[in-house]
Amino acid sequence: MQCETVKVVHQDEVQGGYRLLWLDAPGIAPHVRPGQFVHVLVPHMEEALLRRPFSVYKADGPVLQILYKGVGKGTRTMTYLRPGDQLSLIGPLGNGYPGLSTGRYPILVAGGYGMAALYLLARALPVQGVAFFGGQSASDILCVDEFEALGWEVRISTEDGTRGERGIITGVIDAWWTARDADAEPVEAYACGPNGMLHAVARRAMERDWRAWVSVDRNMGCGVGACLTCVLKVRSEEGGWAWKRSCKEGPVFECREICWEMEEAG
Amino acid sequence: MKTPVMVASGTFGYGPEYAELVDLNKLGAIVVKGIALHPTKGNETPRTVEVASGLINAIGLPNPGVDGFVEQYMPFLRQYDVPVIVNIWGKTVEEYVEVARRFDHVDGVHALEVNVSCPNIKEGSALFGTDLDMFRRVVDGVRGATQLTVIPKLAPNVSDIKVFARAAEDAGADGISLINSVPAMAVDVKTRKPRLANVTGGLTGPGIHSVAVRLVWEAAGVVNIPVVGIGGITKAEDALEFLMVGASAVAVGTASFTHPATALEVTDGIAEYLDRHGLSSVGELVGTVLL
Repeated sequence: MQCETVKVVHQDEVQGGYRLLWLDAPGIAPHVRPGQFVHVLVPHMEEALLRRPFSVYKADGPVLQILYKGVGKGTRTMTYLRPGDQLSLIGPLGNGYPGLSTGRYPILVAGGYGMAALYLLARALPVQGVAFFGGQSASDILCVDEFEALGWEVRISTEDGTRGERGIITGVIDAWWTARDADAEPVEAYACGPNGMLHAVARRAMERDWRAWVSVDRNMGCGVGACLTCVLKVRSEEGGWAWKRSCKEGPVFECREICWEMEEAG
Repeated sequence: MKTPVMVASGTFGYGPEYAELVDLNKLGAIVVKGIALHPTKGNETPRTVEVASGLINAIGLPNPGVDGFVEQYMPFLRQYDVPVIVNIWGKTVEEYVEVARRFDHVDGVHALEVNVSCPNIKEGSALFGTDLDMFRRVVDGVRGATQLTVIPKLAPNVSDIKVFARAAEDAGADGISLINSVPAMAVDVKTRKPRLANVTGGLTGPGIHSVAVRLVWEAAGVVNIPVVGIGGITKAEDALEFLMVGASAVAVGTASFTHPATALEVTDGIAEYLDRHGLSSVGELVGTVLL
């Protein structure tokens, strides 16, 4: 982990408001593991105090890429960044995804820019399985060519039916699961996306004996474990629950660790 | 202290969280997050909300308790050449006294900051900061229970800060620190719900700095013990303001979340100011505001 002043190399719109930001971050980029994030101090936004966390999409040599959408005041301000602009980055942060367990078959499940957060993992895993990408509309389906180029089979759904099957992605996952040989290898799932999607994956994982790693999305403050903003309830060894920091012990948790019933209530 | 610039309680964890990013040996002191007698889980989420020029928090003082803190964090902190100030709190006067007593002989603990003013604890702690009689009882009790330096941290939401500052001195406090966060609330107008699970919280950050300067000025004017200025410091000028109105040390709070090295940059900035004005020590600045 370090705090580095980095330089914007390039920025452009990919599609539908999703943007790709290339940063020259020689101190941080080479150390990023799949599923980790960086904490960005958005320049020219004095009324906002805190940094904004972003998953790393790609890290190649000294350059890392962030895929984001201008939806809040931080991300909208980021859309104005130009090549040569400087910004402060803390990273890499968080635990990231673990590797594939021996004998398991990997699937990826992502919604929206969660797809970008899974790219480094897709590149690192020794086996390529199926990637399930869901979104509201065709413009929310990202990076498909990239995953296919790595050897992954990509299955898509959109709620408006403009790409892939109409509906939510769990329907596509369920159809795939039903058609699958009963004696095929057990599944190891890696998911990133909205919390409702993560919970849906978790329910299936628990019913079907999958191992499932979910990357949770929580409001975050410091990013390094000090402010205790981003906590969530996980099961403790004594049978109760304890807060864990999604920035430090997470953002990736095995789905059985999370007290989903308390999350829903909260 | 090597520098009058410390890091404030609740904004720097217990030290390890920032050790990779900040040279802890260069801090004036580390004031660790509030410690109670027993482990506490803290509030439900959402616990913080960013507002214009500030952050409202209602973390609820989660902590591992005295024994947990001493076991988990003191071995780490003892490796550094930096004073450790433990922020302590309790739900009763007796709990404050017991926590102070237990820290009295813990190797590596240099002082106790008495948190009488966290607005996020129910069952009475906020009252300790705003009810003069309760405040006196806590400070008096803690004073009697420890040989360590005792620094009550004052609440900003009192009608006359001078009364509390004097009461602290009279009860034997070695110094006072102020201000704690300012009670605050934010509402999500789409859902009409409070933006914090705890409904209300405490505002910190640049938005409270000028409020804090005025309160430090008033408090420092009526006591002879050292005053620690806290509230919305993001740069050296903010710290210089506190010194000029009478603080002899300062603590950087919320800014560490955004710029972990703020305290070090403030230290450098103060040194440059002293150089530029031909001053040899921070002491020459304290209380020098021209009225």
